[in-house]
Amino acid sequence: MILKRFFQTLRLGVYSLLLHKLRSGLAVLGILIGITAVIWLVAMGEGVSYQAQQQIKDLGATNIIVRSVRPAQQGSSASSGLFLEYGLLREDFDLIVSNIRRATSDVLEQIVPLREIKKEARRHDLNLDVRVVGCTPEYLDLNHLTIDRGRFLTDSDNNPPENVAVLAAEAAKSLFPLENPINQTIQIDADFYRIVGVTEDRDPTAAIGGSLDSQDYNLDVYIPLATLRARIGDMIFTSRSGSREGEIVQLSQITIGLKDLTYVDAISEIVRKIVLEKHPNKDVKVIVPKELLRQAALLRMMFNVLLILIAGISLVVGGIGIMNIMLATVTERTREIGIRRALGAKRRNVIAQFLVESVVLTGIGGGLGVAFGFLCKPTINFARDLVREISPETANTLPATILELQPIIAPWSIIASLLISVGVGLIFGMYPAYRAANMDPIEALRHE
Amino acid sequence: MSLALRVEELAKHYVLKSETVRALRGVSFDVPEGDYVAIMGPSGSGKSTLLNLLGCLDQPTSGNFFLRDVSIGQLNDNQRSEVRAAHIGFVFQSYNLIPQLTVVENIEVPLYYQGNLAPDQRSYCKQLAEMVGLGDRLRHRPTQLSGGQQQRVAIARSLANNPYFILADEPTGNLDSATTHDILSLFESLNEQGKTIVIVTHEDEVASRVKRVIRLRDGEIDSDTRN
Repeated sequence: MILKRFFQTLRLGVYSLLLHKLRSGLAVLGILIGITAVIWLVAMGEGVSYQAQQQIKDLGATNIIVRSVRPAQQGSSASSGLFLEYGLLREDFDLIVSNIRRATSDVLEQIVPLREIKKEARRHDLNLDVRVVGCTPEYLDLNHLTIDRGRFLTDSDNNPPENVAVLAAEAAKSLFPLENPINQTIQIDADFYRIVGVTEDRDPTAAIGGSLDSQDYNLDVYIPLATLRARIGDMIFTSRSGSREGEIVQLSQITIGLKDLTYVDAISEIVRKIVLEKHPNKDVKVIVPKELLRQAALLRMMFNVLLILIAGISLVVGGIGIMNIMLATVTERTREIGIRRALGAKRRNVIAQFLVESVVLTGIGGGLGVAFGFLCKPTINFARDLVREISPETANTLPATILELQPIIAPWSIIASLLISVGVGLIFGMYPAYRAANMDPIEALRHE
Repeated sequence: MSLALRVEELAKHYVLKSETVRALRGVSFDVPEGDYVAIMGPSGSGKSTLLNLLGCLDQPTSGNFFLRDVSIGQLNDNQRSEVRAAHIGFVFQSYNLIPQLTVVENIEVPLYYQGNLAPDQRSYCKQLAEMVGLGDRLRHRPTQLSGGQQQRVAIARSLANNPYFILADEPTGNLDSATTHDILSLFESLNEQGKTIVIVTHEDEVASRVKRVIRLRDGEIDSDTRN
């Protein structure tokens, strides 16, 4: 019964709206844009934060990363030809290991020291700028790398130091375009290394909020850490625009892998204390992905609130449009209101009639807005392809976040959008409906 | 004979600025069931005021009136709406059909506000439309009908809630003489079927065809004659 009544009211509302198709359509458009904005903005926000979280997860939530940082140029030190000495020391590694062991036993999954140097790798007449990574066998698992051919480094490569190397996919392709690289040799500086394995392609990670540089694993050459120390050493020279610079760095990074997420906070505290004590000049920093993850979640929330505020403004504008239309409708249909009142409509019947109309308007706007919301992903992909097509240079200058952004439509945003659009209809329809209901029926009947 | 309407010392005063206009100054009369009454009078005589009170659209300043045995005098807005929905059939000078609804939907409107929607109301409303001679125009909109046809729809609508009486406000005011004749014939046949009808009019042709004429002057009953 009530349902039938409701459908009758609903049908009547639709009828009345169809009398003014253009006007109703424009009012719907206002809400449609608002709701589409909500869904798009939330989808892009979710996409960005998903990217960030994925990258942080790739770092490993149970890991703690301790990294050497080149201090800000002191000006004279480099130009005077002095070596700049900074960063993690081998004794720091031992200190960290012993401190962690002393604090709590059996929390370490692995702890991997590594040293990275930019070098030129040569083979016959081919040469390639690579990143030489001196590391231990655990590096493979820690960075979620997989072996394509051959094997990764083993403990016996490190002790005694062997001249062996594992190539990353891109490096292997560039240096050995036609042959199987296994058991071939490459030259770095004066030394020759035998290739024992090739890793599979891995997507590069983007920089994370200034705390970690972006990493492209595909141009890496992995050699045993002990070999790197023995053959290349701690000192590196780089020639830059005529002047020669030198650095002494013992370790680039120590990655501490813990057995469980719950240990991360306590252990990172210990590590921070050691680093602060040994490196007061801030040439070493501690990165805790778990904390970044927490920050990212907070950031994401703030971002969403901001987006919803922006979208909220457009919804308020849309709502005002609805109110405007409803006020015009009420004035225009004064006579109809009078007739209905004379025929027995109570005030609340009139309120219901006009509220249903405004909710139908905003509901249609919301529904269409959700439908347009689903076009977010294809539209963004299309726009990106278009930019790539028309002007590849521009596309290359775009930040990776935009180039790789995949919007994720959040289910809650759809439900919220529909609720909000109905709410907008109720709120902004209320005043016009009350105005209609409070008309004097006698006056309304006389209205021309 | 039982009464359809009993009007007792009905008065209505309007306050305009500092002046009080006594539009209706204590009017009493009875309308037995099955009566066919015309209320006449020059403009300013209180016709419209009486119409609004009888139609339960307004509240009297003093006095009371009864629809059968329902006392109307001091009902509030909601209660008056209920009485209008249940017991009064309105016919207006300018037909007052709802433009976006079809003929049969217009006839249904009073039923909708009565609260009890019978499952067979659609066929009942079609019967009413057939009764006023518009059985073939059920799906038409008011704008597609002539004035006389629209007024027929309005009369069918006034019958939908099976009212205690039909209250018509200048029902022939916008019609030519031939159509006026038709509409008055329709009222007559309804009256013959036992419907109580009150027509507010200033047309003598209408007055000549009803059973009883009440003339108002300056807010009081001037004469009450039976034809």
